[in-house]
Amino acid sequence: MATVVELPVDLFKGPVDPDWCPGCGDFGVLKSVQMAAAANGVTPENLLVVSGIGCSSNLPGFIHAYGIHSLHGRSVAVATGAHLANTDLKVVITGGDGDGYGIGIGHFIHAMRRNLDVTYVVMDNQIYGLTTGQTSPTTTLGHRTKSTPGGNVEIPLNPLALAITCGATYVARGFSGEQKQLADLIAGGIAHKGFALIDVFSPCVTYNKVNTYPWFKERVYKLEDQNWDPTDEKKSLDKSFEWGDKIPLGVLYKADQPTYEDSEPIFKKGALVKQPLGLDKQIFNELIEEMI
Amino acid sequence: MHEVTVGIAGAAGDGLDKSGDTLAKTCGRLGLFVYAYNSYQSIIRGGHIWLKVRIGQDKVRSHGDKLNILVALNQDSIERHSREIDNDGAIIFNGDRLKCDPSMVKEGVQILSIPMSQVTADVVKEFGPIQPIMQNTVMIGAVLYLGNFDFSEAASVLTDTFKHKGEKIINLNVGLLKAGYEYAKTHFKAVAGEWKFSRIKRPFTTGNEVIALAAAAAGCKFYSAYPMTPASTILHWMADHAQKVGIVVKQAEDELSVINMAIGAGLAGARSMCATAGGGFALMTEAVGMAGIMECPVVCVEVQRGGPSTGLPTKTEQADLFQVYGASQGEFPRLIVAPRDTADAYGTTVEAFHIADKYQLPALIMSDLLLSEHPETVDKEVFDSNIKIDRGQVVKEWNQDNGKFKRFALTESGVSPRVIPGTANTCFVSATDEHDEESILISDMFTAAPIRRKMMEKRGRKIENMLKDLPAPKLEGPADADVTLLTWGSTWGVVKEAIELLAAKGVKANHLNIKYIFPFHAKEVTEILSKAKKKISVEVNFTSQLARYVRSETGIAMDGHVNRYDGEPMEPAYVVEHVQRILSGKEWNLDVTEEEAREIGYHYLRTHYAEKLRPGKITRGTSKGISEDVWNVELVDRTSGEKQAEMVIGISTGATYSYKSLVPAAAK
Ligand SMILES: Cc1ncc(C[n+]2csc(CCOP(=O)(O)OP(=O)(O)O)c2C)c(N)n1
Ligand code: SF4
Repeated sequence: MATVVELPVDLFKGPVDPDWCPGCGDFGVLKSVQMAAAANGVTPENLLVVSGIGCSSNLPGFIHAYGIHSLHGRSVAVATGAHLANTDLKVVITGGDGDGYGIGIGHFIHAMRRNLDVTYVVMDNQIYGLTTGQTSPTTTLGHRTKSTPGGNVEIPLNPLALAITCGATYVARGFSGEQKQLADLIAGGIAHKGFALIDVFSPCVTYNKVNTYPWFKERVYKLEDQNWDPTDEKKSLDKSFEWGDKIPLGVLYKADQPTYEDSEPIFKKGALVKQPLGLDKQIFNELIEEMI
Repeated sequence: MHEVTVGIAGAAGDGLDKSGDTLAKTCGRLGLFVYAYNSYQSIIRGGHIWLKVRIGQDKVRSHGDKLNILVALNQDSIERHSREIDNDGAIIFNGDRLKCDPSMVKEGVQILSIPMSQVTADVVKEFGPIQPIMQNTVMIGAVLYLGNFDFSEAASVLTDTFKHKGEKIINLNVGLLKAGYEYAKTHFKAVAGEWKFSRIKRPFTTGNEVIALAAAAAGCKFYSAYPMTPASTILHWMADHAQKVGIVVKQAEDELSVINMAIGAGLAGARSMCATAGGGFALMTEAVGMAGIMECPVVCVEVQRGGPSTGLPTKTEQADLFQVYGASQGEFPRLIVAPRDTADAYGTTVEAFHIADKYQLPALIMSDLLLSEHPETVDKEVFDSNIKIDRGQVVKEWNQDNGKFKRFALTESGVSPRVIPGTANTCFVSATDEHDEESILISDMFTAAPIRRKMMEKRGRKIENMLKDLPAPKLEGPADADVTLLTWGSTWGVVKEAIELLAAKGVKANHLNIKYIFPFHAKEVTEILSKAKKKISVEVNFTSQLARYVRSETGIAMDGHVNRYDGEPMEPAYVVEHVQRILSGKEWNLDVTEEEAREIGYHYLRTHYAEKLRPGKITRGTSKGISEDVWNVELVDRTSGEKQAEMVIGISTGATYSYKSLVPAAAK
């Protein structure tokens, strides 16, 4: 195995400063993504950060790397195409809970089924930030938002349980208030071969007055402090339901499974973008003969 | 012109297409020209399907209007189509199971009942019992004799078809084919005259296969799709050949994913393509705009079928022009191109990849069910293997001393240099938001009006420049014609033929086919149309979409419109009839015809009374108490021919007014 050469985090400083509200959890996530890429020795030109639409999805603009700031909910689909076209790039998808678990949930589920070798960091603020505070798929029951003035009546989605049951092979939870751990979790996801989901509590200080930094600080604890074994699928699934007074952070589940790319023989010849284009004469003639 | 049209009719699951394929491939290998059309329904078994194979000494451009030989695979097919057979034609069927009432065919039509068990006796003795579906091969053998085709070539087709199944199956099939051929030779009279077999072998293929082949040849490396008729066969070809041609083929979870994946692949630097039908394209529209603002090359094929909504899933139409034209919010350059036939689909697809790369934009190819699914023989030379792949302006390396790489640099051509991610010193973000030259967003915090203006103008400049690369439409036929017919897409071939038929009737017509919908050659089209005496559009839709578009771009209105929107493709005789009607100033009579009343009768029986009865005699009447004239349809017993019931169908509305059983309940 090649040794990893760590890079300075400064290398990933983006061309513009983030325009998030002061105190927004997304600052910590941005920093952690930069630290994770640096720790893994991924150079900016080999890093592709793909997002959808939302406050959190503005992240690619604030990092020095290639970026695709795509459509609301479509980041995973765009990232899939980009990753399959060039498997030499490290693809990190970044977005919000509305983007990924709301409008984009279909792509999310299917990408996990494929165990694509990508890393997905969801900045879960349990609210829609950019559209000024409506309910999201992870908003807790009873939470009053602009679109649910009588309180949210829909059961919040459990992204970790969903990921474990849909085929993701690296499932973790971080908190932007725990930046060092978060950077390690993301770095682990990037290093992992297969689909990595890192659901991150990233408080929206402007529109979510329930799930705040203090709210999380009181409740979260670290799995690594408890010698958690993430390789038992059933136990991990059970753990993913732990919520309330105690909420675990860390790698809940990890498995070694073949990736989608392993099953595609074309990749044996290298990344698609580096393969020759068009057909050679003999193959072309064979294809024509088939039609006669 | 020497030609023969063979029809094969039966139910889904009867194996029509395989039989049609054997016949078509045989004729193709003999050097004849073939054009086939399959009229089918969205049903896996049963129903009524109907394949027409038109074979000509010279190029045939549509399935035509004639029927010379009918192969009927069930009783239903005899009853429905026997009347359509031309004088001196023939109807052929399994005489052990079916029969044909001579009153149902025109004069001189040979009724060829094949005593199947007798004809196949020797083959059965040698190989054991055969499956019912293999009896088709016997009938195709007879057709080969009737059509005066060369038997040995047909045997070679079967040998290739069953190569993977081994010698025994090949011999069995060739044996059945020969039995049919020999039987016809001793008992029947050939329908077709002598042919000149050039024996020039031509590919027999469909628009979809050609699009797929062209994509592979043009360097497509990533193909994504979600199954939807009539685009699915592109996916099937791609999946079948993926390893051979080196394309990653991804069946995605939905069309939103399909196009977003293709765009992702495009942004990462691979030539990528996706395809769908109208409904799937509706889901893709937001992403088309994303490719527009990101200036990402991507090719998307939209194969039209009957709409709106799920509409007529297995029927053809050209009614998505405005959907594709208007796809996505806002304004941005794109290519919209409509190939006019199978051969043209090859060059068009290759061109779409090049334009997409050269101008960095989405290229949308508009096909339709007819073009995409019907097979025909195409000259080998059409398939150029020497494609020069030009990816357009791609920066291979960037020295930081030159300053920051400007992905969206404002250029005269509107095209900015692109990089493939992975190139040092060129990191940038492709964003759906408006941005400056360095791809920094200008969207919300500070809208930067001048930058927005410059970016819009930069992208907009591609339109005029692209137009210069694309050939202007040309008028086909005599300049001094009485009437100019305006078409787009696959209607081209049908109208080309209709023009010959019109000439025979003394109507001099010429033809303007619009291939590039966007950008549009407004100047040239205006010049052509302003010189035309009379202008008629011919489109497979209800609202004459192309004619409206041409009027919006040129200010020129048509004098009349020929439209078809019943699911079947335009046909030459249909065009001739309506052009003549329009020229003589007559209204279109939309009354239900006797033939259509029979179809309605069939449909009614199928949904309510299974298959025991069939429509018999049909007479016109004025009905008491109903505000329209009616067709009185007798329904007779399939086997005895005895009248069992009566139906009344409105001539203006097609409504079924009554169904009366004439059999006492106890006798049923
Ligand atoms: C198709 C579409 N629908 C709706 C929107 C509006 N929209 C933009 S961001 C957003 C929700 C963002 O929520 P989330 O993904 O949780 O991100 P956050 O802003 O909270 O980080 C919505 C609904 C859009 N841009 N596109
Ligand atoms: S609105 Fe919320 S999510 Fe958006 S930037 Fe402000 S704090 Fe962050």
